[in-house]
Amino acid sequence: MPRTIPPWKIKRKLLVKAEGTTDPKYGHKPNERPAEEYIRYGIINLDKTSGPSSHEVAAWVKRILGLTQVGHGGTLEV
Amino acid sequence: MTGVLPITLEESRKISQVLLHSSKEYVCVMKLHGDIEESKVKEVLGQFEDAIYQRPPLRSSVKRQLRIRRIYYIDFLEMKGRNVLFKVGCEGGTYIRKLCYDVGEIAGCGAHMQELRRTRSGPFVEEGKDFVTLHGVYFWFDKWKEDKKRGILQKFIQPMENGLALIPKIYVRDSAVDAVCHGANLTAPGVLSIENGVVKGSMVAIQTLKGETVALASATLPTMEVLEVDHGTVAVLKRVLMPRSTYPKVWKSG
Repeated sequence: MPRTIPPWKIKRKLLVKAEGTTDPKYGHKPNERPAEEYIRYGIINLDKTSGPSSHEVAAWVKRILGLTQVGHGGTLEV
Repeated sequence: MTGVLPITLEESRKISQVLLHSSKEYVCVMKLHGDIEESKVKEVLGQFEDAIYQRPPLRSSVKRQLRIRRIYYIDFLEMKGRNVLFKVGCEGGTYIRKLCYDVGEIAGCGAHMQELRRTRSGPFVEEGKDFVTLHGVYFWFDKWKEDKKRGILQKFIQPMENGLALIPKIYVRDSAVDAVCHGANLTAPGVLSIENGVVKGSMVAIQTLKGETVALASATLPTMEVLEVDHGTVAVLKRVLMPRSTYPKVWKSG
Protein backbone atom coordinates (compact mmCIF):
# COMPACT_ATOMS: atom_id res chain seq x y z
CA MET A 1 0.00 0.00 0.00
CA PRO A 2 1.52 3.37 -0.99
CA ARG A 3 2.16 5.62 1.98
CA THR A 4 1.70 9.38 1.98
CA ILE A 5 5.00 11.19 2.46
CA PRO A 6 5.10 13.22 5.69
CA PRO A 7 5.51 16.97 4.97
CA TRP A 8 9.00 17.02 6.53
CA LYS A 9 10.23 14.52 3.91
CA ILE A 10 9.18 16.71 0.97
CA LYS A 11 12.16 18.36 -0.77
CA ARG A 12 11.40 21.65 -2.52
CA LYS A 13 13.28 23.37 -5.32
CA LEU A 14 13.37 27.12 -5.84
CA LEU A 15 12.42 28.21 -9.37
CA VAL A 16 13.56 31.66 -10.48
CA LYS A 17 11.22 34.00 -12.37
CA ALA A 18 13.37 37.15 -12.30
CA GLU A 19 16.71 38.24 -10.85
CA GLY A 20 16.69 40.78 -8.03
CA THR A 21 18.70 42.27 -5.18
CA THR A 22 17.77 43.49 -1.71
CA ASP A 23 18.79 46.81 -0.16
CA PRO A 24 20.71 46.27 3.13
CA LYS A 25 19.24 49.55 4.45
CA TYR A 26 15.85 47.92 5.05
CA GLY A 27 14.90 44.96 7.23
CA HIS A 28 17.26 42.31 8.63
CA LYS A 29 18.16 38.71 7.95
CA PRO A 30 16.22 36.75 10.60
CA ASN A 31 19.40 35.86 12.48
CA GLU A 32 20.66 39.46 12.41
CA ARG A 33 17.66 41.19 13.95
CA PRO A 34 18.50 43.51 16.86
CA ALA A 35 18.18 41.58 20.16
CA GLU A 36 14.83 43.00 21.26
CA GLU A 37 13.32 42.38 17.83
CA TYR A 38 14.94 38.93 17.65
CA ILE A 39 13.10 37.97 20.85
CA ARG A 40 9.77 39.46 19.73
CA TYR A 41 9.95 37.45 16.48
CA GLY A 42 11.29 34.36 18.20
CA ILE A 43 10.18 30.81 18.86
CA ILE A 44 11.45 28.46 21.56
CA ASN A 45 11.49 24.74 20.79
CA LEU A 46 10.64 23.73 24.34
CA ASP A 47 11.08 20.31 25.93
CA LYS A 48 7.91 20.03 28.00
CA THR A 49 8.09 17.88 31.13
CA SER A 50 5.08 16.04 32.51
CA GLY A 51 3.03 17.82 35.15
CA PRO A 52 2.38 21.42 34.18
CA SER A 53 -0.05 22.10 31.32
CA SER A 54 1.09 23.64 28.03
CA HIS A 55 -0.67 26.80 29.10
CA GLU A 56 1.23 26.96 32.40
CA VAL A 57 4.54 26.32 30.64
CA ALA A 58 3.84 29.21 28.23
CA ALA A 59 2.98 31.46 31.20
CA TRP A 60 6.31 30.59 32.86
CA VAL A 61 8.28 31.42 29.72
CA LYS A 62 6.41 34.72 29.56
CA ARG A 63 7.39 35.54 33.14
CA ILE A 64 11.03 34.45 32.79
CA LEU A 65 11.54 36.56 29.66
CA GLY A 66 9.43 39.49 30.94
CA LEU A 67 7.19 39.50 27.85
CA THR A 68 3.54 40.51 27.52
CA GLN A 69 2.23 37.83 25.14
CA VAL A 70 3.37 34.26 24.69
CA GLY A 71 1.56 31.41 22.98
CA HIS A 72 2.17 27.78 22.11
CA GLY A 73 1.78 25.70 19.00
CA GLY A 74 -0.80 23.14 20.07
CA THR A 75 -1.50 21.74 23.51
CA LEU A 76 0.23 18.59 24.62
CA GLU A 77 -2.59 17.34 26.85
CA VAL A 78 -4.59 15.02 24.62
CA MET B 1 2.39 14.38 28.18
CA THR B 2 5.91 15.47 27.36
CA GLY B 3 8.07 16.52 24.44
CA VAL B 4 8.18 19.12 21.70
CA LEU B 5 6.11 22.21 22.53
CA PRO B 6 6.98 25.23 20.38
CA ILE B 7 6.53 28.47 22.35
CA THR B 8 5.71 31.55 20.27
CA LEU B 9 6.93 34.88 21.65
CA GLU B 10 5.00 38.13 21.07
CA GLU B 11 4.84 38.71 17.28
CA SER B 12 5.54 35.09 16.39
CA ARG B 13 2.22 34.13 18.02
CA LYS B 14 0.78 35.03 14.62
CA ILE B 15 2.10 31.74 13.27
CA SER B 16 0.69 29.60 16.14
CA GLN B 17 -2.11 28.44 13.82
CA VAL B 18 0.45 27.08 11.35
CA LEU B 19 2.18 25.11 14.11
CA LEU B 20 -1.16 23.89 15.46
CA HIS B 21 -2.12 22.40 12.10
CA SER B 22 1.33 21.09 11.22
CA SER B 23 2.08 17.37 11.22
CA LYS B 24 3.32 15.68 14.35
CA GLU B 25 5.28 12.63 15.45
CA TYR B 26 4.70 10.88 18.77
CA VAL B 27 6.16 7.99 20.70
CA CYS B 28 3.36 6.27 22.59
CA VAL B 29 2.93 3.55 25.20
CA MET B 30 -0.37 1.77 24.66
CA LYS B 31 -1.75 -0.57 27.32
CA LEU B 32 -3.73 -3.53 26.01
CA HIS B 33 -6.58 -4.89 28.16
CA GLY B 34 -5.90 -8.49 27.21
CA ASP B 35 -3.10 -10.82 26.13
CA ILE B 36 -2.45 -10.61 22.41
CA GLU B 37 0.27 -12.03 20.18
CA GLU B 38 2.92 -9.56 19.03
CA SER B 39 2.28 -10.43 15.38
CA LYS B 40 -1.42 -9.61 15.83
CA VAL B 41 -0.58 -6.24 17.44
CA LYS B 42 1.71 -5.36 14.52
CA GLU B 43 -0.96 -6.34 12.04
CA VAL B 44 -3.65 -4.22 13.73
CA LEU B 45 -1.34 -1.18 14.00
CA GLY B 46 -0.60 -1.57 10.28
CA GLN B 47 -4.30 -1.28 9.50
CA PHE B 48 -4.28 2.27 10.87
CA GLU B 49 -1.65 3.56 8.46
CA ASP B 50 -2.93 5.95 5.76
CA ALA B 51 -6.28 7.75 6.20
CA ILE B 52 -8.39 7.15 9.32
CA TYR B 53 -11.72 8.50 10.54
CA GLN B 54 -11.81 10.05 13.99
CA ARG B 55 -14.46 11.73 16.06
CA PRO B 56 -12.76 14.08 18.57
CA PRO B 57 -13.11 12.83 22.18
CA LEU B 58 -15.66 14.31 24.63
CA ARG B 59 -12.97 16.37 26.31
CA SER B 60 -11.60 18.22 23.31
CA SER B 61 -11.31 21.80 22.13
CA VAL B 62 -12.92 21.35 18.69
CA LYS B 63 -16.36 20.54 17.28
CA ARG B 64 -17.08 16.83 17.64
CA GLN B 65 -17.67 15.88 14.04
CA LEU B 66 -16.16 12.94 12.17
CA ARG B 67 -12.90 14.00 10.56
CA ILE B 68 -10.38 12.32 8.32
CA ARG B 69 -6.79 12.36 9.52
CA ARG B 70 -3.73 11.00 7.75
CA ILE B 71 -1.41 8.61 9.54
CA TYR B 72 1.88 8.70 7.63
CA TYR B 73 3.37 5.74 9.46
CA ILE B 74 3.08 3.66 12.61
CA ASP B 75 6.35 1.97 13.57
CA PHE B 76 6.04 -0.79 16.14
CA LEU B 77 9.06 -0.48 18.47
CA GLU B 78 8.64 -3.08 21.22
CA MET B 79 6.19 -4.92 23.41
CA LYS B 80 6.40 -6.10 27.03
CA GLY B 81 3.42 -7.98 28.37
CA ARG B 82 0.44 -5.74 27.67
CA ASN B 83 2.49 -2.58 27.05
CA VAL B 84 3.12 -1.68 23.41
CA LEU B 85 5.62 1.00 22.39
CA PHE B 86 5.16 2.57 18.95
CA LYS B 87 6.04 5.68 16.98
CA VAL B 88 3.41 7.44 14.89
CA GLY B 89 3.73 10.21 12.29
CA CYS B 90 0.39 11.92 11.69
CA GLU B 91 -1.47 14.99 10.54
CA GLY B 92 -2.13 17.80 13.04
CA GLY B 93 -5.33 17.22 15.01
CA THR B 94 -5.01 13.43 15.23
CA TYR B 95 -5.98 12.19 18.69
CA ILE B 96 -3.53 9.52 19.78
CA ARG B 97 -5.67 8.64 22.82
CA LYS B 98 -8.48 7.88 20.38
CA LEU B 99 -6.12 5.97 18.09
CA CYS B 100 -5.14 3.69 21.00
CA TYR B 101 -8.80 3.14 21.90
CA ASP B 102 -9.62 2.22 18.28
CA VAL B 103 -6.61 -0.10 18.01
CA GLY B 104 -7.93 -1.86 21.13
CA GLU B 105 -11.38 -2.25 19.56
CA ILE B 106 -9.97 -3.82 16.38
CA ALA B 107 -7.63 -6.06 18.37
CA GLY B 108 -10.72 -7.20 20.29
CA CYS B 109 -9.38 -6.73 23.81
CA GLY B 110 -9.58 -2.97 24.31
CA ALA B 111 -6.65 -0.64 24.95
CA HIS B 112 -5.81 2.79 26.27
CA MET B 113 -3.02 5.33 25.93
CA GLN B 114 -0.61 4.99 28.84
CA GLU B 115 2.06 7.55 27.99
CA LEU B 116 2.76 9.99 25.19
CA ARG B 117 5.77 12.00 24.08
CA ARG B 118 5.72 14.35 21.10
CA THR B 119 8.93 13.92 19.13
CA ARG B 120 8.09 16.37 16.34
CA SER B 121 5.82 19.36 15.76
CA GLY B 122 6.08 20.56 12.15
CA PRO B 123 9.75 21.43 11.59
CA PHE B 124 10.65 21.22 15.31
CA VAL B 125 12.21 18.00 16.55
CA GLU B 126 13.65 16.81 19.85
CA GLU B 127 17.11 16.09 18.42
CA GLY B 128 19.39 19.05 17.96
CA LYS B 129 20.81 21.92 19.97
CA ASP B 130 17.76 24.19 19.75
CA PHE B 131 15.63 21.91 21.98
CA VAL B 132 15.60 23.42 25.49
CA THR B 133 13.93 22.77 28.82
CA LEU B 134 12.28 25.46 30.93
CA HIS B 135 15.42 25.38 33.10
CA GLY B 136 17.49 25.99 29.97
CA VAL B 137 15.40 29.04 29.07
CA TYR B 138 15.90 30.43 32.58
CA PHE B 139 19.65 29.71 32.56
CA TRP B 140 20.44 31.11 29.09
CA PHE B 141 18.26 34.19 29.47
CA ASP B 142 20.08 35.01 32.74
CA LYS B 143 23.43 34.58 31.00
CA TRP B 144 22.32 36.77 28.10
CA LYS B 145 21.29 39.55 30.50
CA GLU B 146 24.88 39.55 31.83
CA ASP B 147 26.81 39.92 28.59
CA LYS B 148 24.19 40.55 25.87
CA LYS B 149 25.92 38.30 23.34
CA ARG B 150 23.74 37.36 20.36
CA GLY B 151 25.15 33.83 20.35
CA ILE B 152 23.59 33.16 23.76
CA LEU B 153 20.14 34.33 22.64
CA GLN B 154 20.45 32.03 19.64
CA LYS B 155 21.07 29.05 21.92
CA PHE B 156 17.42 28.99 22.99
CA ILE B 157 15.43 31.35 20.77
CA GLN B 158 15.15 30.95 17.01
CA PRO B 159 13.57 33.18 14.36
CA MET B 160 9.87 32.57 13.65
CA GLU B 161 10.90 31.79 10.07
CA ASN B 162 12.20 28.42 11.33
CA GLY B 163 8.61 27.58 12.29
CA LEU B 164 7.59 28.07 8.66
CA ALA B 165 10.28 25.78 7.24
CA LEU B 166 7.79 23.27 5.81
CA ILE B 167 5.67 25.90 4.03
CA PRO B 168 6.52 26.67 0.37
CA LYS B 169 8.07 30.09 -0.19
CA ILE B 170 7.57 32.92 -2.66
CA TYR B 171 10.45 35.44 -2.72
CA VAL B 172 9.49 38.99 -3.69
CA ARG B 173 11.18 42.26 -4.70
CA ASP B 174 11.93 44.88 -2.02
CA SER B 175 9.52 47.13 -3.90
CA ALA B 176 6.62 44.70 -3.37
CA VAL B 177 7.11 44.29 0.39
CA ASP B 178 5.42 47.37 1.83
CA ALA B 179 2.29 46.98 -0.29
CA VAL B 180 1.89 43.46 1.17
CA CYS B 181 2.48 44.87 4.68
CA HIS B 182 -0.40 47.25 3.98
CA GLY B 183 -2.66 44.33 3.05
CA ALA B 184 -2.33 44.18 -0.73
CA ASN B 185 -2.48 40.74 -2.34
CA LEU B 186 0.72 39.60 -4.03
CA THR B 187 0.77 40.26 -7.79
CA ALA B 188 2.95 38.67 -10.47
CA PRO B 189 5.42 41.54 -11.12
CA GLY B 190 6.60 41.42 -7.48
CA VAL B 191 7.59 37.74 -7.64
CA LEU B 192 11.28 36.84 -8.02
CA SER B 193 11.13 33.12 -7.32
CA ILE B 194 8.82 30.39 -6.04
CA GLU B 195 9.27 26.87 -4.73
CA ASN B 196 7.86 23.93 -6.64
CA GLY B 197 4.82 21.98 -5.50
CA VAL B 198 2.52 24.97 -4.89
CA VAL B 199 -1.07 24.32 -5.99
CA LYS B 200 -4.09 26.61 -6.00
CA GLY B 201 -5.06 27.14 -2.36
CA SER B 202 -1.65 26.15 -0.90
CA MET B 203 -0.53 28.11 2.13
CA VAL B 204 2.63 29.98 1.11
CA ALA B 205 5.08 32.24 2.95
CA ILE B 206 5.93 35.54 1.23
CA GLN B 207 9.63 36.20 1.82
CA THR B 208 12.12 39.01 1.26
CA LEU B 209 15.46 38.18 -0.33
CA LYS B 210 16.92 38.50 3.20
CA GLY B 211 14.77 35.54 4.22
CA GLU B 212 12.34 37.47 6.42
CA THR B 213 8.71 36.38 6.20
CA VAL B 214 6.45 39.27 5.18
CA ALA B 215 3.12 37.45 5.29
CA LEU B 216 1.30 34.15 5.06
CA ALA B 217 -0.91 33.83 2.00
CA SER B 218 -2.99 31.42 -0.02
CA ALA B 219 -1.72 30.80 -3.56
CA THR B 220 -4.26 31.45 -6.32
CA LEU B 221 -2.10 29.82 -9.01
CA PRO B 222 0.17 26.76 -9.10
CA THR B 223 3.98 27.15 -9.26
CA MET B 224 4.29 26.83 -13.05
CA GLU B 225 1.64 29.46 -13.73
CA VAL B 226 3.13 31.90 -11.22
CA LEU B 227 6.38 31.64 -13.22
CA GLU B 228 4.59 32.39 -16.49
CA VAL B 229 2.08 35.17 -15.78
CA ASP B 230 3.17 38.82 -15.96
CA HIS B 231 0.22 40.46 -14.24
CA GLY B 232 -2.60 39.72 -11.79
CA THR B 233 -2.87 38.29 -8.29
CA VAL B 234 -0.82 35.18 -7.47
CA ALA B 235 -1.55 34.93 -3.72
CA VAL B 236 -4.20 36.38 -1.39
CA LEU B 237 -3.10 37.39 2.08
CA LYS B 238 -4.00 35.44 5.19
CA ARG B 239 -1.81 37.06 7.81
CA VAL B 240 0.71 39.91 7.65
CA LEU B 241 3.75 39.34 9.90
CA MET B 242 6.03 42.27 9.07
CA PRO B 243 5.22 45.77 10.37
CA ARG B 244 4.43 48.49 7.83
CA SER B 245 7.25 50.80 6.70
CA THR B 246 9.98 48.21 7.35
CA TYR B 247 10.65 48.57 3.61
CA PRO B 248 10.06 51.83 1.68
CA LYS B 249 6.70 52.58 0.13
CA VAL B 250 7.16 52.71 -3.65
CA TRP B 251 3.66 52.36 -5.05
CA LYS B 252 1.67 55.34 -6.28
CA SER B 253 -1.36 56.33 -4.24
CA GLY B 254 -4.67 57.71 -5.45
